Amino acid sequence: MGLFGKIIGALKKTKDNISGKLSALFAKGLGDDFYDELEEILISADISVTTAEDIVEQIRAEAKKEKLKDKEYVIDLLKDVIEDTLLQAEQPDIQYPAVIMLVGVNGVGKTTTIGKLANYFVREKKSVTLAAADTFRAAAADQLTVWAERAKVRIVKHEEGSDPSAVVYDAIASAKAKKTDVVIVDTAGRLHVKANLMEELKKMDRVVGRDYPEAHFYKFLVLDATTGQNALSQARIFDEAVDLDGIVLTKLDGTAKGGFVVSLCGELQIPVVFVGTGEKLDDLQPFDAEEFTEGIL
Amino acid sequence: MAIFSSLSERLNHIFSKLTKHGKLTELEIKGAMREVRIALLEADVNIFVAKKFIADVSEKAVGQEILKSLNPAQQVIKIVNEELIALMGSTNAKLEIADRPPTVIMMCGLQGAGKTTLCGKLAALLKKQGKKPLLVAGDIYRPAAINQLQVVGGKAGVPVFEKGTQNLVKTAKQAIDEARSMGNDVVIIDTAGRLHIDEALMQELENIKNEVHPNEILLTVDAMTGQDAVNVAETFNKRLDVTGVILTKLDGDTRGGACLSIKAVTGKPIKFIGVGEKLTDLEPFYPDRMASRILGMGDVLSLIEKAQEAVTEEQAKRLEKKMREASFTLEDYLEQFDSLKKMGGIASVMGMMPGMGKLKIKESDFDEKKIERIKAIILSMTPKEREKPEIINSSRKKRIAAGSGTNVQEINQLLKQFEQTKVMMKQLRGGKKLPFMR
Repeated sequence: MGLFGKIIGALKKTKDNISGKLSALFAKGLGDDFYDELEEILISADISVTTAEDIVEQIRAEAKKEKLKDKEYVIDLLKDVIEDTLLQAEQPDIQYPAVIMLVGVNGVGKTTTIGKLANYFVREKKSVTLAAADTFRAAAADQLTVWAERAKVRIVKHEEGSDPSAVVYDAIASAKAKKTDVVIVDTAGRLHVKANLMEELKKMDRVVGRDYPEAHFYKFLVLDATTGQNALSQARIFDEAVDLDGIVLTKLDGTAKGGFVVSLCGELQIPVVFVGTGEKLDDLQPFDAEEFTEGIL
Repeated sequence: MAIFSSLSERLNHIFSKLTKHGKLTELEIKGAMREVRIALLEADVNIFVAKKFIADVSEKAVGQEILKSLNPAQQVIKIVNEELIALMGSTNAKLEIADRPPTVIMMCGLQGAGKTTLCGKLAALLKKQGKKPLLVAGDIYRPAAINQLQVVGGKAGVPVFEKGTQNLVKTAKQAIDEARSMGNDVVIIDTAGRLHIDEALMQELENIKNEVHPNEILLTVDAMTGQDAVNVAETFNKRLDVTGVILTKLDGDTRGGACLSIKAVTGKPIKFIGVGEKLTDLEPFYPDRMASRILGMGDVLSLIEKAQEAVTEEQAKRLEKKMREASFTLEDYLEQFDSLKKMGGIASVMGMMPGMGKLKIKESDFDEKKIERIKAIILSMTPKEREKPEIINSSRKKRIAAGSGTNVQEINQLLKQFEQTKVMMKQLRGGKKLPFMR
């Protein structure tokens, strides 16, 4: 059982805050071990190996220039580097009338996010219509209907198995007629590697562009914070298909840190717009780079 | 196909560099192991599991005998293979069946891991094995989750027991009584997705466990989960002492490092893997086969099993005879496509072929829709045309194109492909080949 003991012990260590860990590291001096362990801390938060190496290199370079005095200094340095990376991607400025389409793989929390997003806009004093364009998953429209009732907004839905683009078309027609500020489109979860499903998404994208040109169209990818490095692949492929405007990061109320967004902002220049922290109507906040960085460290 | 393709590509690359050397120095092995570490981390293998894995492999690889052996790189690969298998649990772990029915299976996991869909798949699998499962709708929190299970149960042809949002412990007990009286020998309890740190909901699972004593408590984990996978698995295991794990969504391009980490950390076996959206896309998990797949050595055993499931012995014999007599027709061709589809599609079959991991095959190259089009073309032909494709002239082609909603070009393509297949079959004649080999 030696193996398990060691691994579990090591896991516990990462749960402790980094500050304590860095103290121990400092005691050992600033050798290669220090930088290796620093890298491990970052990787444990699901920051990609390449990004973690980059960050550690920046700290190392800093250390050569200037003596790393104490752990607070290193923590501040780390925070700066991560925050800067997160702020590299520019936040979209939402203008009305708006169409917001949420896309993502299965089970990341798209439908729940839409409920919360609807509530967010209602609180901003905007009128909202939901389009239940996930016509694939069993009972997805029913689930969205419950959210529409909770947020007190209108919903347009068709039968299960019908063409999702037709739902989008109807929702737009309804929004135009009623002068709705925001249409939020739910889409079926799809693995980004399924070519035909990605084509379906592109079709919905075209319908909005063609039938509602006067609207400002935003496409957000919903990512689950518990996801690992696959999140980068998801973002890359969804971005190729529909040109993403931002990320909604869900399930940050668990123990996962969602560190992959650091690589996302840095490499793909896609900003995180909202974060989800629970299943209640108001468990959705605009992204705050500083707060997020604190969470990782 | 997609399973582990990137991880196996990376490892193949690392090992092919190693095999170029006749003899290996300690330094070369160390360099290779560093690269293996990065490959594992990028596949979301837990960092501490990866470290331990590298340490173990290095220790064995640097041993005297290996450095002196004739083919050290092969030896290193062999050690990696063995360690991978050990890490994933060595043998296939089967479901625990109760001495006195019903066998009670409780599902648990985070939100969005795929529990409800999985309940349907598991029920369908058990039904195929001759069991009479009963599904219990236990996700009383997520809007419309009960409806979803009812739809899934309907597709699987399995009854669903639900008592609305009534206390789940009570519902579970009633469901088991119902199963006894209706003769259902397996009860599968779906539960709400919950965070492992949600005290109230974790308590609910504990209550069910204490009241109904499930034979199996299966933790569902999304294969795309990152470093946090081990925290989640460990916490669920500590609270509930789970009996096994099911990994879902392995049909994406995830490198599925969770496969490697979970057993190592919890000591609990992975029992099944979910590999697609269809009801039949659930497979038993075999550590040795998975290790072969990771290392790009293919998974011939699973392939043969799938073939046996998809093709009846009679079909296989008939085909063999046709191949021998070179009387293979378009009708037989059609049958082959159906068999392939039953085996989970071309992409999944290719993924199990040895050496295929090295070929870059995109899933889109094997779009199932293309196969549907080919099938439509053949189905639009007359029996005579299927028997003797050489009689298909241009006016017949036009008719077939109109009938199948395709074009003449596609028909030409198909006919050419078919001719090539026939030529290949003549060459294969006599040799024993798997029935689905084209």
